[in-house]
Amino acid sequence: MLTLFLILVPALSALAALLTKNNSAKQIALVGALLELGLAVSMFGQFQPNATQQFGFSYPWIASAGIMFAGGIDGISLLLVMLTAFLTPLIILSTFRQPYKNASTFYALILFMQAALVGVFTATDAFLFYFFFEAALIPIYFLAAVWGGENRIKVTLKFFVYTIFGSLFMLVALVYLYFQTAGLSAGVPHNSAISALYKVALDAQKQGWIFWAFFVAFAIKMPLFPFHTWQPDTYTESPTAATMLLAGIMLKMGVYGVVRFLLPIVPLGIETWGTTAVILSVIGIIYGSIIAIQQRDIKRLVAYSSFAHVGLMAAGVFSQTLNGVQGALIQMLAHGINVVGLFFIIEIIFSRTKSRNIEQLGGITQRTPQLTVYFMILLLGSVALPLTNGFVGEFLLLSGIYEFNKWLGAIAGLTIILGAVYMLRLFQKAMFGGKSSLTEHFTDLSLSERAVLLPLVVMVFWIGLYPNSFLKLTEPAVSNLLQMVHY
Amino acid sequence: MLPIILLSILGLVVLFLGFQKSKNILLPATLLFLALAFAANFVHWNDAPGLYFNEMLFENQLTMSFSAIVLFSAFLVVGLTRGFADDEMAQPAEYYAIILFSLVGAIMMIAFDNLLMLFLGVEILSVSMYVLTGSDKRNLRSNEAALKYFLMGAFATGIMLFGMALLYGATGSFSLSDIKGYLSANPFPISTLLYVGSLLVLIGMLFKVSAAPFHFWTPDVYDGAPTVFTAFMSTIVKTAGFAAIYRLLSGSFSGIYSFWWLTLAAITVLTLVVGNVTAVYQKSFKRMMAYSSISHAGYLLLSLTAMTSQSQNAIVFYSLAYSLATVSAFGVLMAVAKERSVHSNEDAENFDAFNGLGKRNPLLAFVLTVSMLSLAGIPLTAGFWGKFFIFGNIIERGNLVWILIVAILMSAVGIYYYFKVIIATYLKEGDVSALRVSPFYRIVLIASTVLTLLLGLMPQLLP
Repeated sequence: MLTLFLILVPALSALAALLTKNNSAKQIALVGALLELGLAVSMFGQFQPNATQQFGFSYPWIASAGIMFAGGIDGISLLLVMLTAFLTPLIILSTFRQPYKNASTFYALILFMQAALVGVFTATDAFLFYFFFEAALIPIYFLAAVWGGENRIKVTLKFFVYTIFGSLFMLVALVYLYFQTAGLSAGVPHNSAISALYKVALDAQKQGWIFWAFFVAFAIKMPLFPFHTWQPDTYTESPTAATMLLAGIMLKMGVYGVVRFLLPIVPLGIETWGTTAVILSVIGIIYGSIIAIQQRDIKRLVAYSSFAHVGLMAAGVFSQTLNGVQGALIQMLAHGINVVGLFFIIEIIFSRTKSRNIEQLGGITQRTPQLTVYFMILLLGSVALPLTNGFVGEFLLLSGIYEFNKWLGAIAGLTIILGAVYMLRLFQKAMFGGKSSLTEHFTDLSLSERAVLLPLVVMVFWIGLYPNSFLKLTEPAVSNLLQMVHY
Repeated sequence: MLPIILLSILGLVVLFLGFQKSKNILLPATLLFLALAFAANFVHWNDAPGLYFNEMLFENQLTMSFSAIVLFSAFLVVGLTRGFADDEMAQPAEYYAIILFSLVGAIMMIAFDNLLMLFLGVEILSVSMYVLTGSDKRNLRSNEAALKYFLMGAFATGIMLFGMALLYGATGSFSLSDIKGYLSANPFPISTLLYVGSLLVLIGMLFKVSAAPFHFWTPDVYDGAPTVFTAFMSTIVKTAGFAAIYRLLSGSFSGIYSFWWLTLAAITVLTLVVGNVTAVYQKSFKRMMAYSSISHAGYLLLSLTAMTSQSQNAIVFYSLAYSLATVSAFGVLMAVAKERSVHSNEDAENFDAFNGLGKRNPLLAFVLTVSMLSLAGIPLTAGFWGKFFIFGNIIERGNLVWILIVAILMSAVGIYYYFKVIIATYLKEGDVSALRVSPFYRIVLIASTVLTLLLGLMPQLLP
């Protein structure tokens, strides 16, 4: 039952924000997001760390076809729900210093987005999952297209068409699997619960087809090489709040989809094509890192770094090892926190200097001790320094990939070196060195900016020092899942 | 069968109401009559399926659902004619009467159990449409469209009639059940007469629903006709046409599925590709909607090609979703284009007519956005479930999954041109003056939008 509230709270807060005046919408939105966070934290407290679905709800949706409006939470869902609930209030808070035109619509869309994301992570019916998976695109499209930068129209249209196109293949796969399921009661020949899809046993060739249908959908969403071409432009052109939603949470929909659908439903397909998927992911890691090193626009740089990181997560998941999948899950959490923090710092720099060009910046450290510290911590988290959140995830991921294939593990390991190169280069060029005319009057963080960064930094250390508080949540669900893969 | 009788009588009543000096009563009267017919349609909802009028017409829940969609769409479209009586519609009484009569034809097409009734229904509906297309008498394009529609339409009807004659020659009957009986009694070899006859009838019907390659009249006619009648055509004619094709294929021709499925599959692919790809290149919104209506015919044909037990539900749902979205889209176009044609000489129906609509009238912009999302088949709207059910049909059939690749590609193309409208609405700068619409107009648009969203969230609502 609680899960339903988890979807309803942001949806209703969105309506409330939509109906309020522009100047008070942000407060309403923040209250709604905090309410959601409270709910998520209380569920975090009550959650029993085993492989079952908890706090579930289930109503008939299209009863005659066995399609249910059903959701519930296991460890994997809980982790991502926590991430969504934790980041959304910070994303809303991060916009407080900037006036947005049509603010009530802006905040309503952010909250609608949150409702759809939570829906994706908690749906236990395959078609409900798909419904939210695509519904999440509508608010993010409008956020990026209405409040975005110069080229936003072209870029966001490409993003939208690209992702929907991929999702339609998944829809076909889901409907195909649905027709192979057994009915729950007389007169209803099939049902679309995700657990029912798990029981469908197809031959290897059919599983191969289904694998690719799912893979295209999720690979576009994450994105993986070579389906990533929409990503850097969309991240760069979107307003920062939308970029945070995209990189921090929405990208995880793809990884989550792989964990939830691809691994358990088509184990034979993965046996055949898993190596291909890992190779594509590893290519993405190296390719994304190398391009990130070349970037001058700092927002674009972080966009490519995000592309590289998600490649690592995907490689871990496709390795089908406990370490790989667990690492991917904890890394989703860590990456969400780091990337939101980094994009926020870029926004802080941009709002003060009106520039994102690495060449025009420099010397910011001299006047801003606080910003420097926060930036450094988030950046070190991102390059996976021990004691920070990134280390736990990357360590598990790399050991998982190494178990899967030594050579691929070794190549993927380059991510640590390359990541350090582009991140430290960013820090050096933007923060150190002589002042430029743009950075001369740089002011340090304001109260609301600190309010965003402090929780993020706390989480960086929490996950870095005591990852077990999250790992133990997901472990039963993950090992349960992997049993299905290696049956 | 009450709606047919009611509509015939009430159409005459509307004609006589036209003798009054005040024309203001006509619109409410027509709406009232349509509501009556709509209610009458449900009187026999729970009765067993039955044959009427010497086995000429057939009624069950399926035909009643289709009739309900047709009557409801007509209600919405007629609701949009408010304020039209002055310019385009010089003789409102006649036009309203023709609308009511044309619905008689539409319901006959839906409920026929005898090919003669199908022919009569098609003719009643088509002739009414020829007149309505040309109703903007002083406009050259309207006249051109009417003439084109009439010539091509008459030709198609001729082909269909010829096909019926051949069918009669082969089977000795016009009745659907007799033809079905003949086919099950003499399964193989099927006579050439029957092959050719069924194909010709099918071609005639495909012409009416503008499937490629019989679609060439559509853009010109949609473009030339007064917008309100374009809306009428693209919803009612299409729904009735597909109901008729479904009845034909599922009823009498179900025995020879192996004969026609490949033909229909080829036509489906062609329709999807032609409709969607051509729509991308249109500058005029109305022409885009014409090609989009061709593409939607393609999706409906997908379901017909699959012809599973679930096809009828999918077609009913899709027709309703499509009709609601189309009425909203044309409704917004009418509000915007009317305003523009007064102010300037530019082509009033181009995409850029919508520029800045988000600021000028947020309600219209929202209505248009929902309608475009629904046509594109994005979740939260009814259009998504329409596509969903149709994809389900195809996958259930099994050997047709390859068509889905085409359908998916074309859906992506569709998103592109529907989003051009949304982009114009919200992201392009345009006219800044506020745009006013009458409250009545607003109610119609809000009703269809709310229904689209409601069906998008709870598809179960449609039994």
